[in-house]
Amino acid sequence: MSATTDETQSAVAADIADERLIQSQGLGGQARAVWNRLKGGELGMLPVVIGLIVISLVFYSQEPTFLSSKSLVNITLFAAPVGVIALGIVLVLLLGEIDLSVGSVSGFAAASMAVLVANKSQSLIVGMIAGILIGTLIGSVYALLYTRLGVPSFVFSLAGLLGFQGALLYVLGDQGTIVLPTDSGLRQFARERFLSDGAAYVLLAVVVLAYVGSQLLLVRRRKAAGLTPPNLTMVGIKAVLLAGGLGFLTYYLGIDRGWGYLFVLFVALVVVMDLMLRKTTWGRHVYAVGGNEEAARRAGIKVGRIYFSVFAATSTFAALGGILLAGQLTSVSQSSGTTDTNLTAIAAAVIGGTSLFGGRGSAYSALLGIIVLQAIQSGLNLMNVDSSVRFMVTGAVLLLAVAIDSVSRRVRSSSGRG
Amino acid sequence: MSATTTEKPVTGQTVLSLTGINKRFGAVQALTDVHLEVAAGEVVALVGDNGAGKSTLVKVISGVYQPDEGDITFAGRKISVGGPSDAQALGIATVFQDLALCDNLDVVANLFLGQERLLGPVLDEVTMEKEAWRLLRTLSAKIPSVRIPIAGLSGGQRQTVAIARSLVGNPKLVMLDEPTAALGVAQTAEVLNLVERLRETGLGVILISHNMADVQAVADRIVVMRLGRNAAEFRTEETTTEQLVAAITGASDNVVAARASRRAGTTDTTEGAGQ
Repeated sequence: MSATTDETQSAVAADIADERLIQSQGLGGQARAVWNRLKGGELGMLPVVIGLIVISLVFYSQEPTFLSSKSLVNITLFAAPVGVIALGIVLVLLLGEIDLSVGSVSGFAAASMAVLVANKSQSLIVGMIAGILIGTLIGSVYALLYTRLGVPSFVFSLAGLLGFQGALLYVLGDQGTIVLPTDSGLRQFARERFLSDGAAYVLLAVVVLAYVGSQLLLVRRRKAAGLTPPNLTMVGIKAVLLAGGLGFLTYYLGIDRGWGYLFVLFVALVVVMDLMLRKTTWGRHVYAVGGNEEAARRAGIKVGRIYFSVFAATSTFAALGGILLAGQLTSVSQSSGTTDTNLTAIAAAVIGGTSLFGGRGSAYSALLGIIVLQAIQSGLNLMNVDSSVRFMVTGAVLLLAVAIDSVSRRVRSSSGRG
Repeated sequence: MSATTTEKPVTGQTVLSLTGINKRFGAVQALTDVHLEVAAGEVVALVGDNGAGKSTLVKVISGVYQPDEGDITFAGRKISVGGPSDAQALGIATVFQDLALCDNLDVVANLFLGQERLLGPVLDEVTMEKEAWRLLRTLSAKIPSVRIPIAGLSGGQRQTVAIARSLVGNPKLVMLDEPTAALGVAQTAEVLNLVERLRETGLGVILISHNMADVQAVADRIVVMRLGRNAAEFRTEETTTEQLVAAITGASDNVVAARASRRAGTTDTTEGAGQ
């Protein structure tokens, strides 16, 4: 057998040598592979992208200013703070757990920051760090409750939802509302700072070059290892689409104010989290624990540490999101981070395509999901629709997203994609 | 075999030897003075009824339990196995009955789970994929793609992945716990081929099975355990199924043998009790 193996190895790359494998070489093959994946229930981000297009068209037909530069810039800005919270939700959902308290934690962290800055005359940076650390601490306690005592995440985060809402009221005392001063750096960062045109295009070029560079490196390494390299034409097409899409968005948003610092920070967090999930040992282990905890444990993964890092990260993102939201709304009040924030963040993660059942999803689902929800909200606001309708529409969209998740899960299991 | 493990043990040399292993759980004496030897390039089948102590013995070897008494010699050195990761580091790999694979991860990710290859701070997917194909080729395994999730594989293919995974750390000894229990005819044959392939690469193999046909098909030696003791030991080619069953059930004092001997009208019930 060694002779035949060596022959096939030299003639065909090792990963496509099996004759039962459906060949996906060339552009047609790639397209077929994508189609087969979709048919097998591996929908990925497709439903949410289609949803976004439908939403845009519907609102545009009702109210043409929906797609104006100003409206789109507003959508990106308002999406960012809750999007940061949703990013944390994606992490817990990957483990098949839930954190219902992110809203309360975000409000409590923001209130702590505001009180430190306004009443205890600490500097803004100290207040922000304290607020974020409070989030980390809360998440660590959650992790201990889960790993040491075995309390279900649903229960302790429900307790946290109530408890930290109380803590928010306690911290604010009889003040009720703390307004951040106009010259506050946080407030300016969240509301008034935008990338200049030059900086935006440079950033765009860096992103596209980084993509192309990493792909070329991959081609070289895979060739050296005797495996099929990525198709260069596909890489080219993707790079052109990426550059064209981002370039157009940058131009179009630039007509108004352009990319806000707040949104750039959010996207940067999403990209970093995506890379950590896909490219590091930690990320691999998060997916493993979410997929089959017992298998992960037997493979020598420190399961407790994975839970710890994820719960801590989720609450940290919640605290950061709350602080950014405070900057955006210019104040912290008794209603900061109440149910609306909470459920919007969770809904965004699920609508973006992260499975509630664990082990499936991506950091980008936080970005796409929150954009969808914010687009709906902005559109309904533009049409002067009552907030009662907004809640009902959001609820319906969430239900649709979960239904799609459940159906695609069934299709996956019947077509052998788990 | 074109691709070989780096330090291939010499065939015939003893890899693992257990002597005088005792293990108690409270009032129950689970293992009494058990001995076992496995040589490189040898498949030793461990058979016995439920409760005979097979699983306990495997767990002692893989470090899940500590023996109360007795010596474990591995690759010429006396060792104590502190835990499953210890065993792994020493070169003792175990494939558990329920495989323990992550359905949502692809074959490469599963093979290297917990022992990922890194390139600086990031996962080295290229090296892992290359290594995955090398491992699968040494097993002559038929996996269509290493980039599909485990959920898309058949039972036999999953078993293949689980066995291939045990080879990632270049072990000297592989223990397979009921590898064919849940498999169909063709897939069972596939797994038995894998076991033979492991033997060819010079590994010591301990195979636990309830299936006499499988055991007789691949094992070089068959060790029978009964009530926590070594009951018998056979060379496969000199053994019949009846002898095995007799040794497993405790030939002289069981209903089947008694009935058989009554019918045959003989009193000879001691055949097969080798030691």
